[in-house]
Amino acid sequence: MRARSQRLIMVAIAGVILVAAVGLALIALRDAIVLFYSPSEVAAEHPGFGERIRIGGLVEDGSVERPAEGGANFVVTDGAATIRVVYDGSLPDLFREGQGVVVEGAFIPSGDFEASTVLAKHDETYMPPEVAEALRESGVWQGEGEQ
Amino acid sequence: MIAEIGRFLVALAFALSILQLLSGWRAASTGSAPAMRIAARSAYGALAAAVIAFGLLIILFLQSDFSVAYVAGHSHVDKPLFYKIAAAWGGHEGSMLLWCVMLVGVGAALARFALRQDEQLKNRAVSIQGGLQILFLGFLAFASNPFDRLLDVPVQGADLNPILQDPALAIHPPTLYIGYVGLSAAFSLAVAGLIEGRGGRAIAAALRPWSLFAWTALTAGIALGAWWAYYELGWGGWWFWDPVENASFMPWLVAAALIHSAIATEKSGNFAGWTAFLAIMAFTMSTMGAFLVRSGVLTSVHAFALDPERGLWILGIMTILAGGGLTLFAFRSGRLGHGDGFALTSREAFIGVNNLLLAAVAGTVLFGTLYPLVMTAFGVSGVSVGAAYFNATATPFLAALLILLPIAPFLPWKKDGFSRRLAVRSTLWILPGVLAGLWAFLIEASPVAIAAAAFAGWTLAGVVTDLWYHRVLQGAAARFSLTGRVLAHAGVVAVALGAVADSTGRPETVRALAEGEQIEIPGFTLTLDGVRRADGPNYLADEARIVVENGRVSELLPQRRYYAAADTTTREVAIRSGLGGDLYVSLGEPRARDSGEIAYEVRVTFNPMVWLLGLGAIMIVLGGTSASIGRAMSRRQKGMVS
Repeated sequence: MRARSQRLIMVAIAGVILVAAVGLALIALRDAIVLFYSPSEVAAEHPGFGERIRIGGLVEDGSVERPAEGGANFVVTDGAATIRVVYDGSLPDLFREGQGVVVEGAFIPSGDFEASTVLAKHDETYMPPEVAEALRESGVWQGEGEQ
Repeated sequence: MIAEIGRFLVALAFALSILQLLSGWRAASTGSAPAMRIAARSAYGALAAAVIAFGLLIILFLQSDFSVAYVAGHSHVDKPLFYKIAAAWGGHEGSMLLWCVMLVGVGAALARFALRQDEQLKNRAVSIQGGLQILFLGFLAFASNPFDRLLDVPVQGADLNPILQDPALAIHPPTLYIGYVGLSAAFSLAVAGLIEGRGGRAIAAALRPWSLFAWTALTAGIALGAWWAYYELGWGGWWFWDPVENASFMPWLVAAALIHSAIATEKSGNFAGWTAFLAIMAFTMSTMGAFLVRSGVLTSVHAFALDPERGLWILGIMTILAGGGLTLFAFRSGRLGHGDGFALTSREAFIGVNNLLLAAVAGTVLFGTLYPLVMTAFGVSGVSVGAAYFNATATPFLAALLILLPIAPFLPWKKDGFSRRLAVRSTLWILPGVLAGLWAFLIEASPVAIAAAAFAGWTLAGVVTDLWYHRVLQGAAARFSLTGRVLAHAGVVAVALGAVADSTGRPETVRALAEGEQIEIPGFTLTLDGVRRADGPNYLADEARIVVENGRVSELLPQRRYYAAADTTTREVAIRSGLGGDLYVSLGEPRARDSGEIAYEVRVTFNPMVWLLGLGAIMIVLGGTSASIGRAMSRRQKGMVS
């Protein structure tokens, strides 16, 4: 086969794969995007029940309950608003009262937030960027930089 | 004093890299033998300086010299000896020093081993590598120096994050870094080849062994990381599509494409431009991985030490690499030459499609990983992309790869090669495919996973046929190459089947148990027999004795540890492995009941056939090693003939 037509066919295959990749990426992205809310934003915007979102802030001091049958409930705050989180999994080892946390899940009709994943920091100096921003907006935290 | 010598050695390596850049450049331009000697000796000198600096850092850890900020931040007097040593590369500054040691190691290796028959190209590559060394050693010396002193000297040290105190994690970063940094050799050789106006074949031949070696190490590093995440993080998973994991997966995909396209380019000159482009992108992706891990711009479950200023440095380096490399590529790719051309059912065509599919996966992973950053740039913050995106985009392309993979080894180079014999042979592979699909159906996999399993069965049959059909190949070199190809391809099949099995895993069961209470999951009954103290050298621990019954009785001993120095709790999971899968048990927090009893949280999952993943990773690494050996042997034979 001549070099030109052979190259055309490769370009055509590349085009098909490119279109497939872009199409798949856009479709998949629509279902997989998870938005982040601070507790204040939740109070203002009321995300719907069952909508999969992330919430971040500080674990309120003294708010962690550990029911006798397992799981844990706690309150996430940004100083201005609070959200009660129920979680039936096992809290990560780095979860601590008074420190930053990001929870992923959805609101349930009782008004609580049911978490399917709890992300706690892996490092003393780490604060998830969204949490740092949320805390700065609510004025709770005047730390310097991204610490 | 030792820290000051360390600082000096880092500066010395930096200065020698400048000398390496200049004299290597001069040697390539003028053919001057003295300049070539100076370039090589600068490279060796830089390596010696960096290795000794790294040794000194380890000595500082052994002495627990907490006047050094990095040691104070990552060690503790009570830390066991092995982990004092491993802590030298457990944090940001030390891991960057390790990165630099490997980068100058590649420079010295290029000067010593690369291209004995083309000294001009070799000197140019040594010079370019010197430039890379300057960028990263500059970053190390000016923005993350592990030898910086503290004004207030602490007595005990803050300790390394205890989850990093683990044998797999001690060897995971060095292995991963060999892979990341090994790709710098391909970068330097491709850039040098473009500058020198060499043809695509010469460049591909020069960079193939380095890329293969780097990719093999990268595979091992990623596998060790996944293994660590599996048993140390206690979540029961091994891959989460987390930004930090994607950061290592993207260079792996690009390097996988590179090691295939470079074969075609060396053989027949086809894909010359593409191969050079991949070589530039592979190391750029490695650097981007370092940026994503170190800058903290993305919320990651594995976020470690983070500092935006450092992120900017690495971003700057990455911009230089990608901008410089691709600009050069745009101006010079015309000189790479055109290949011999190839027919539609030749091996080149299949390698071409393989590369397009790998690039599609790399592209969609890149898009999903960076999407939150892009949105932030447009003022929309707080967007994250879930694992569902990555599963939905990567799976179809990876499945397509599996379909085409077994056919390629039976096709000739350049010519049309689809024969009736091959048609009959590949029809026979459908049967194992159907069996694998049936297996996936029986373990209740999703439709997508069933399809993936069927393709994997088809591929495995093809790979076995490849081995059988080509067993008559003569010569040790050809045999090593064949073994490498078959092992690596079969390893990919094993990983694919492991991922299918994993996708059928049931959700975790978490329950608080008092002594004598039970958890039942399908097939197993677990009883908490008791909890006792099991303190270690630098931690306090509770150890649960859990009796497992499934026909026979065994016991598991998960621990929950408290490291006082770091004020951190970790869990040591207990795993009972079997052919069917792993019973995976971790111990959580205790809680008091109203009755006064203490109940311990116990988390149980059953992870089907995890061993397939480990087996697959080992096979791929052995395959890469075997192919490297075959490559080295065939070069030696050719060298003797000519």
